[in-house]
Amino acid sequence: MRVYFDNAATTAMDERVIEAMIPYMREHYGNPSSVHSHGREVRTAIERSRKKVAELLNTSPSEIFFTSGGTEADNTALVCGIETHGLTHAITSPIEHHAVLHTLEQLAKKGKIKLSLVNILPNGDIDMDHLESLLKDNPKSMVSLMHANNEIGNLNDLQAIGSLAKSYDSFFHSDTVQTMGHYEHDLKSLSVDSIVAGGHKFHGPKGSGFLYVRKDKKIHPFIFGGAQERNMRGGTENVIGIVGIAKALELAYEDMQGHRDHILSLKKHFIESLKQHIPDVKFNGQSGDLEKSLYTVLNVSLPHSEENAGMLLFNLDLNGISASGGSACSSGATVGSHVLRSLKADPSRESVRFSFSRFNTIDEVDYTVQKLKELYSVVV
Amino acid sequence: MKYPIYFDYNATTPCHPQVVEHMLPYFSTHFGNASSKSHPYGWMAEDAVETAREELARLIGANPKEIIFTSGATESINLAIKGVFEQYSNQNQHYITCKTEHKAVLDTFKSIEAKGAKVTYLPVDNEGMVDLKGLAEAIQPDTKMISLMWANNETGVIHPVEEIAMLAEERDIIFFTDAVQAVGKIPVSTKNIHMMALSAHKFYGPKGVGALYIRHNHPLPKPKALIEGGGHEKGFRSGTLQVPAIVGLGSAASLALKNMKDESKRLESLRNKLESGILELEGTKLNSSQNNRLPHVSNISFEGVEGEELLRKLNKELAVSSGSACTSISPKPSHVLQAMGISPDLGKASVRFSLGITTTESDVDFAIAYVKETIASLRA
Repeated sequence: MRVYFDNAATTAMDERVIEAMIPYMREHYGNPSSVHSHGREVRTAIERSRKKVAELLNTSPSEIFFTSGGTEADNTALVCGIETHGLTHAITSPIEHHAVLHTLEQLAKKGKIKLSLVNILPNGDIDMDHLESLLKDNPKSMVSLMHANNEIGNLNDLQAIGSLAKSYDSFFHSDTVQTMGHYEHDLKSLSVDSIVAGGHKFHGPKGSGFLYVRKDKKIHPFIFGGAQERNMRGGTENVIGIVGIAKALELAYEDMQGHRDHILSLKKHFIESLKQHIPDVKFNGQSGDLEKSLYTVLNVSLPHSEENAGMLLFNLDLNGISASGGSACSSGATVGSHVLRSLKADPSRESVRFSFSRFNTIDEVDYTVQKLKELYSVVV
Repeated sequence: MKYPIYFDYNATTPCHPQVVEHMLPYFSTHFGNASSKSHPYGWMAEDAVETAREELARLIGANPKEIIFTSGATESINLAIKGVFEQYSNQNQHYITCKTEHKAVLDTFKSIEAKGAKVTYLPVDNEGMVDLKGLAEAIQPDTKMISLMWANNETGVIHPVEEIAMLAEERDIIFFTDAVQAVGKIPVSTKNIHMMALSAHKFYGPKGVGALYIRHNHPLPKPKALIEGGGHEKGFRSGTLQVPAIVGLGSAASLALKNMKDESKRLESLRNKLESGILELEGTKLNSSQNNRLPHVSNISFEGVEGEELLRKLNKELAVSSGSACTSISPKPSHVLQAMGISPDLGKASVRFSLGITTTESDVDFAIAYVKETIASLRA
């Protein structure tokens, strides 16, 4: 059996998304900026995709900008949001994705902003009192806090953070890469200034993404050259990526509740079986709490064992199970997860992130628990 | 719908059928995140990316580790120019470029000018050539970079890149070239070149992917990253790698290397036929030098007709453009032709024909006849 439980790193594309993209590689290959019909046909496809995304998020097409992915979208919002609105202070958390954390750290290093990190509670949640006191001392800040943490699944209350940011005249950006296509975002009622998406996290293509920026918080472009994306993003559009991400989002919204129920039932079963079969199993962050965490992520903390120390992911792979120790972006690095370090996780225990998609099955969960049980049988 | 005959290969090209075939498995079966180190989905993806890097390196005569994958040439250009500007921050900075560069280069230079850089925009002669003596004289003690394109997108004019690169090397200045229109069309090399931008969709690869070549083992500095995050691409470009598109770029590079010699000969003879056929008309003129230009491009001006009407009529049967696709939405005359001393009206009544893989002799015969007929009716 081959089990893919690394869906927070990337997901398999939905066949219907691939089908929607292929014509734009073969027949409809024009440059969307060309005025002849090769170009106009493709331009129409892009604008149709933008309209679809906007409709699903309950906002206007003029607030959606296509990018090369979540990372570029985060960079755009932060670098250009800070520059355009003349902000000199930013607040983020130590457990943000590196696309946010490193971008803000660079700006601080260049002397463009002062950066404050909000305290994280032992369960991985944000210390909201500390956030408020930071805002009180530094009104007119860039606040960048993610919707759901990619490693431990903690969900932030965007509404609460957003209204707090608003009352201190701040710009609120949220990295929503892990929740886009998995949760409904109603941008009419949600008080955020910018959010982002990466298509490959919800069965769309890699290299596709978008940035939403609220109309009254307009920002200047990040990548210059050409009038594409209404002067917001130079460069010939990634047509297949744009068609693909819109299709993927459409499919995600078609049966979001159904997918969510299915994945939640897998996660619930996973948690219960692990508790039953592995003594002293724990869950990092809020990921073990079905109500308070991203339903696609379960970060398991396993007791120390000689056989598995530093080898657990390898042992899982030998058994056909693909999972990860944390974010794929830094999985080449030997420094370990900055998220788990911030939570002061016990380094003698092994942590594994299992992350699910609608394509996973209950048999895959049973199989994985069985293998973990075998790997940890000596501990008992 | 029926498309007109495509003569706009400088705007974009269709994906080669073999390129699409190579990409498809990476949308579905091999969907892994190339940064996932703990399972074969990641390894397969990473292998594919590294193979593509080797294929591209071979095409441009580089070392694979000198290739940074990006979302396209515009991003590569932004990374090169802004990255060098950031590298020299807090110093007086002077740059040299040319009036006929692509908007991606010109707009990016405008953005660093606004932040304090000084930029010299070299003129060109009436054939679109830059003067090497003028270039040498423009160099100042604080000149940090010379940025000149390899081949012009509108006229096909090829700059004396070898000489320019040698001059820059002698004066210890970074030479960056936008080689978007040259790569895959004519032989290029990286000798004495510090950075080179390129894009896949100009040589039968997918849109939304490109690369920046950055020379290794050289004392001149490398650019600072534009997009921060997980530290992908040796820290020069963060963001999950778009594996299928990168595979497509690699495969297009291999095909180009294999087919370039024969195909450029074939296209040159078709282009010459088209050009001499059209130039038989009175009041027509070639907008470039006869020599030193790409084999598949011809830019011709038509006296006594109005530009917009000409293009609209021609576009019924021929997908041609009046210049760069990136600026074709704006009704302004081409800045390239203007720099060559062509009047705005005549500039607007100029048409770029660019030929490619599907162009046949009968397409050319039809185009000559259709252009003649259209001009006659417009002048009547």
